[in-house]
Amino acid sequence: MRVPVDWLREYAAVPAGARAADIAADLVRVGLEEEAIHSGGVSGPLVVGRVLTCAPEPQKNGKTINWCSIDVGDANGSGEPQWVVCGAHNFGVGDLVVVILPGGVLTTPMGPLEVSARKTYGHISAGMICSERELGLGDDHDGIIVLTRRYADDPEMLARLIPGADALTILGLDRETVEVNVTPDRGYCFSVRGIAREYSHATGVTFTDPVIELSEGAPAANDHGYAVRLEDSSPLRGRQGCGRYVARIVRGIDVHAPSPSWMRQRLTEAGMRPISLPVDVTNYVMLGLGQPLHAFDLATLRGDIVVRRAHEGERLTTLDAVERVLSPEDLLITDGGETPIAIAGVMGGATTEVTDGTSDVLIEAAYFDSTTVARSARRHKLPSEASRRFERGVDSQLAPAAAELAVQLLLRYGGGSADDGVTDVGEPPQPTQISLDPAYPGRFVGVSYAAEDVTRILTEIGCTLAGQDPLMVTPPTWRPDLRTAPDLVEEIARIDGYDRIPSVLPTPPGGRGLTHAQRVRRIVADVLAGQGLDEIWSAPFVGDVRHAALGWDPAEVRTATLALANPLSDEAPLLRVSVLSTMIDALLRNEARGQRDIGLFEVGQVVARVGEQRTAPTVDVGVRPSNEVLEQIYAAVPPQPRHLGMLLAGDRERAGWWGRGRHVDAADVIALAHSVGAALGVPLSARASATMPFHPGRCAEIMLADGTTVGHAGELHPKVIASLGLSARTVAAELDLDVLTIASEGTTAARTLVTSPLAYQDIALVVADAVPAAALEASLRRGAGEQLESATLFDVYRGDQVGAGRKSLAYRLVFRAPDRTLTTDEVTRLRDQAVAAAASDHQAVQRT
Amino acid sequence: MSGPNTSFDPVEVAALDPATIDQAVADALAAAQAAGTLDDLKTARAAHQGDKSPLALANREIGALPPSAKAEAGKRVGQARGQVAAAFAARQGELEVERDERILVDEAIDVTLPGGRRPLGHRHPNELMGQRIADIFVGLGWEVAEGPEVEAEWFNFDALNFDADHPARQMQDTFYVDPPECGLILRTHTSPVQARSLIERGVPLYIACLGRVFRTDELDATHMPAFHQVEGLAVDEGITMAHLKGTLDRLASELFGEGATTRMRPSFFPFTEPSAEVDLRCFVCRGNDPACRACKGMGWIEWGGCGMVNHNVLRACGVDPERYSGFAFGMGVDRALMFRTGVSDMRDMIEGDVRFNAQFGMEI
Repeated sequence: MRVPVDWLREYAAVPAGARAADIAADLVRVGLEEEAIHSGGVSGPLVVGRVLTCAPEPQKNGKTINWCSIDVGDANGSGEPQWVVCGAHNFGVGDLVVVILPGGVLTTPMGPLEVSARKTYGHISAGMICSERELGLGDDHDGIIVLTRRYADDPEMLARLIPGADALTILGLDRETVEVNVTPDRGYCFSVRGIAREYSHATGVTFTDPVIELSEGAPAANDHGYAVRLEDSSPLRGRQGCGRYVARIVRGIDVHAPSPSWMRQRLTEAGMRPISLPVDVTNYVMLGLGQPLHAFDLATLRGDIVVRRAHEGERLTTLDAVERVLSPEDLLITDGGETPIAIAGVMGGATTEVTDGTSDVLIEAAYFDSTTVARSARRHKLPSEASRRFERGVDSQLAPAAAELAVQLLLRYGGGSADDGVTDVGEPPQPTQISLDPAYPGRFVGVSYAAEDVTRILTEIGCTLAGQDPLMVTPPTWRPDLRTAPDLVEEIARIDGYDRIPSVLPTPPGGRGLTHAQRVRRIVADVLAGQGLDEIWSAPFVGDVRHAALGWDPAEVRTATLALANPLSDEAPLLRVSVLSTMIDALLRNEARGQRDIGLFEVGQVVARVGEQRTAPTVDVGVRPSNEVLEQIYAAVPPQPRHLGMLLAGDRERAGWWGRGRHVDAADVIALAHSVGAALGVPLSARASATMPFHPGRCAEIMLADGTTVGHAGELHPKVIASLGLSARTVAAELDLDVLTIASEGTTAARTLVTSPLAYQDIALVVADAVPAAALEASLRRGAGEQLESATLFDVYRGDQVGAGRKSLAYRLVFRAPDRTLTTDEVTRLRDQAVAAAASDHQAVQRT
Repeated sequence: MSGPNTSFDPVEVAALDPATIDQAVADALAAAQAAGTLDDLKTARAAHQGDKSPLALANREIGALPPSAKAEAGKRVGQARGQVAAAFAARQGELEVERDERILVDEAIDVTLPGGRRPLGHRHPNELMGQRIADIFVGLGWEVAEGPEVEAEWFNFDALNFDADHPARQMQDTFYVDPPECGLILRTHTSPVQARSLIERGVPLYIACLGRVFRTDELDATHMPAFHQVEGLAVDEGITMAHLKGTLDRLASELFGEGATTRMRPSFFPFTEPSAEVDLRCFVCRGNDPACRACKGMGWIEWGGCGMVNHNVLRACGVDPERYSGFAFGMGVDRALMFRTGVSDMRDMIEGDVRFNAQFGMEI
């Protein structure tokens, strides 16, 4: 809301010296945040000057400049004439002009310009004689402002034109507008009246409610006004769409009468464009008092005004020349019940618009229900100045006063006469009384408010009080937001000042610390960062193209996730099912920016919808849903496990002065996956898996001991790498961290450390290429039994010595008995048992 | 077999002549001392201590002496050999120390050579900031609660007193799940976690809700469609706005240092009544510099929103507002990072460029 300061002064006794910045600072304290301060952009010294001499001097470039001396009184500190070069010629000796002196600031298209004495055309020009455009007063740049001509018809103004007088005030360039942000609960602050009231709360200065006088002066409603019928057959949420409808008629307005300049100026400053007297008047009253008005061209109306809901399929062409298909929830103003002429509180229709042929107007001042207007404005994407106010709640008692002000202004500036007939129909909702324990505000806020402060503040904001304990509080009609005791507490706290609230640390009963899942996430992230990976996070938006690039069936992925109705990009309307799918962009970005040897990880939620997408019911505010409804709400929210993604490209071990680097490979990322398990005390195992987006021969399915899948790790499929433009041999992993979190719950049972000596035996086994190392090791363990402490694979050989399609795996077997030293014979027997098991399971042959 | 050689005169045996032995000892000591390396010493030792050394020969001669002379000769030779052995051992010790010192010098490396065959990775500073905030609350005896990012509209809005028709609901720039009637959205704040916690865990409740939230903002230097928020909720008997102020002040001083305080300005949020905007005392100038760029000379920086939990929120979550009261507040984690570290472009936070992380350690 933009509030021209001089308008504010009309309703509130703003101290004479207060500038816009002071006013804004005061308003912040009561909850109206400053958005901006608007001013003319000119700062002084800008003074009236009388031209004493004016010597034309032709220049080489063909121009003629004037070398002038100007009487600026004492404004230049010396009282001597001010010498200035001027390029304009529309003035002469004796004229009164506007002079900006050194130190003054003008606003130019290039920004602020500080005027200084400078050398030009062979003279030192100590200032400038100003044109309209230079001062932001108009587009006229051809000539400078000659004040004597400008105010020729204004004797009062002529009397102020004394050399040296401040021209900022004379030209209105000292005008300022305060723009504040109005929160959605304060509909009344979308008016100068409302802001003035708040200013008075903030500063204690007198507030003069213009509505009081207007209400007193307004004629009473009678039965010979324009016939209006309120016929809302389907109120929304039980509230009548139109609670009150006031109609006044003014006839015989001079169609060409302009709005007064002060009104046009205020409208412009408040951010609205002046159009014509009737339109300007309705806007002016709305801005001043907060009541949206609509002016109909009376000549276009045929029957009674009927306010009703729209019929299915009904149409109306609105003022913006758009034909709108109406909804049965739209509230309409209709001519005779049939022809729609306006969407109530949102926008008028084209056919009844006030035009330059209009002489008789019907002024509508109505109270429309906030929900009805909000929904219509949203439905038709027509947020208007009127709908903004109705949505937030308009003072239900304001309509007669607002209509009266509109009528007065039309009569004063447009001539004509007002009808005696005054329509005022409907029953606007009345504020509900609130019961308030006078000690409650203090108890709730933690400040001991005296009982008299509570009553004083509530009275100050316009409440009517009855009783003492409890206080029965009736809020004013312009505060529909005040409905509960805490609403009143806020008023007391903010008027008394939030700065009076002390700082007291509460004392909770003590908590459980971080949860296991939270600790797990920290551990995993720290462990991976410790192994050279960089943590990232990415927005979870993805699309079919990415899924296809990852080798998945986009249609199938869609069955496991959700789409957004309003995605930022049509390419990424889906919620991710995999963190890898959105990490890719970060890897590409790093590579595009010249970084190689990248290791990234991300922990984030993904969507894992199972079955049909369900609908989550809602329940009205302030009501706890039944357990049944609550279950439906819970069930409709899809599972969103936390996944861990890893993505590595380039060298895992860097090249450097020590020698060559080593490119990352599948084993690295599988080892990283195992490290996560190890960090959480969860033994993981791997088996070969052909799962996209991985290389079918270089992908491990990572499992818990019981076979539960945790995820996959390995090299990305060459096709995936090619279609995403990744660098060759990029490796990745995606693990379900929730599975690991659950698996890592519980405690580890510690074993006593065995101190008896160990014995070892090295063996090499030749097996078919397809035999996984993990399976061979399992056989060795099975054969050797518990005294095999470890089996470490220290060599893998393929080649002539073992034959094609075969490989040799060399293990060091470490044996230890819990209670004694094993004999050589025992160790040999254990080794033979291990080899025998490998032979029987995998046809392994011991290499000798 | 022969009889005793009674005619043998020990004095006649040259090798056992005292002067000869003294000379041998003197030669040995000189040789030990003269050895400059362990190898030289070894050679010298062979010459003076070996089987063919004069003293070894002398030793062998003792056996030929008559019993009466054996004792004296044995003593003389034994003392001489002991003296030589000690000298060689001492020299051996000296030379070994010298060698060891020389090896350590030879083995010296350039410790300024760059390392980093496999450099350390980095945590993301936004996540670390969240952890830091979580730890502050845990320290205060609060707990950290989390919830789903795709959320039911009821939890995100209605439970929090955002009426379906209220303008505030439209101001949230919400991502809706398709079809919009399905009642699911991407949470616009972490407040639904408050509602879930109240319903699932009841009161008294002191929780900080940390997590990722979403608004339909295009990515630019000051906006991200996904960002991180922390919200606090305390519901208990006798909770007041003064407790809110106390908690905010504590959080401010923990995050921004001693002297970081807050102020509240009246505002409006559907889920709180009374409501306030919370400003942070400028962490750069502490309100003392009218030309300060961080606060634009205002002395305060907008930090977040807060207030007393609206009774409708308590009711929606099955908590009796006549008995319990609560406060809630919320602010951006990413903004806190910007405040603390001067990050000026939000894109750096979300784009995953490793150079961003690399600026920070593991402690934010």
